[in-house]
Amino acid sequence: MKSALRIACSRRHLQQVRDFVRNHLSNRQLPEVTVNQVVLAVDEVVANFIIHANGEDETQFLDLELDTDGHDINVEIADHSDTVYLPGQHQNPDLSEYIRQGRKGGMGMTLVNRLMDRVEFFTRGNHTVCHLSKHIL
Amino acid sequence: MKVTAQPTADTLTLLLDGELDASSAIVLDTELAKPDILDYRKVLIDCSKLSYISSAGLGVFISHLQRFQDANVKLVFFNMQEKVFNVFEILGLDALMTIVPSATEAEAA
Repeated sequence: MKSALRIACSRRHLQQVRDFVRNHLSNRQLPEVTVNQVVLAVDEVVANFIIHANGEDETQFLDLELDTDGHDINVEIADHSDTVYLPGQHQNPDLSEYIRQGRKGGMGMTLVNRLMDRVEFFTRGNHTVCHLSKHIL
Repeated sequence: MKVTAQPTADTLTLLLDGELDASSAIVLDTELAKPDILDYRKVLIDCSKLSYISSAGLGVFISHLQRFQDANVKLVFFNMQEKVFNVFEILGLDALMTIVPSATEAEAA
């Protein structure tokens, strides 16, 4: 089953993105924790595209596609700006140091990498695309 | 996201209601940044109505924790839903922050 959504690059649309993912998974009778993990991973990547790749320029937009195939969910998030955005993978941030420094950011992609089985960023033409996938029972 | 403050003598309880994300985190940040919050001995975060938290929400707590510790203000989370606790757990924040099951335990912490 496939679902698609296009949003303008404003963080005000994050709620719409989360509801879209929840709605897509609603008929799978998955544990609430599992649904929340997929919702969170998509929310983090979309927020990064909106804030870091597009500077919250509402004239730009993102396309999301969800595809549940058997026991897997596959997500594509395509950024239509010409900015190439390929985040590094911060696997093990020192959170004690983050607390000491009073840091607000730097955990989003760590979460995404821990929540999902596959995380890939690549370019398609001039645009950046993210693929996420997770095995769900 | 709605934040309701319930002050008592030496404790401030903040009831979080809704979803804490990159859009709404500013509401909580504004509340935690108030200078007079450091006059309390404890700040209790009632998470019973917190249905979602992203890294932006976690970042707000992380960014204020050292300031609270320096002022000897204890930050305690309670009534956290399993799916929200799971996010703290995945990052290992459950080991760095005080998270207890109930209001009674939060008051005793």
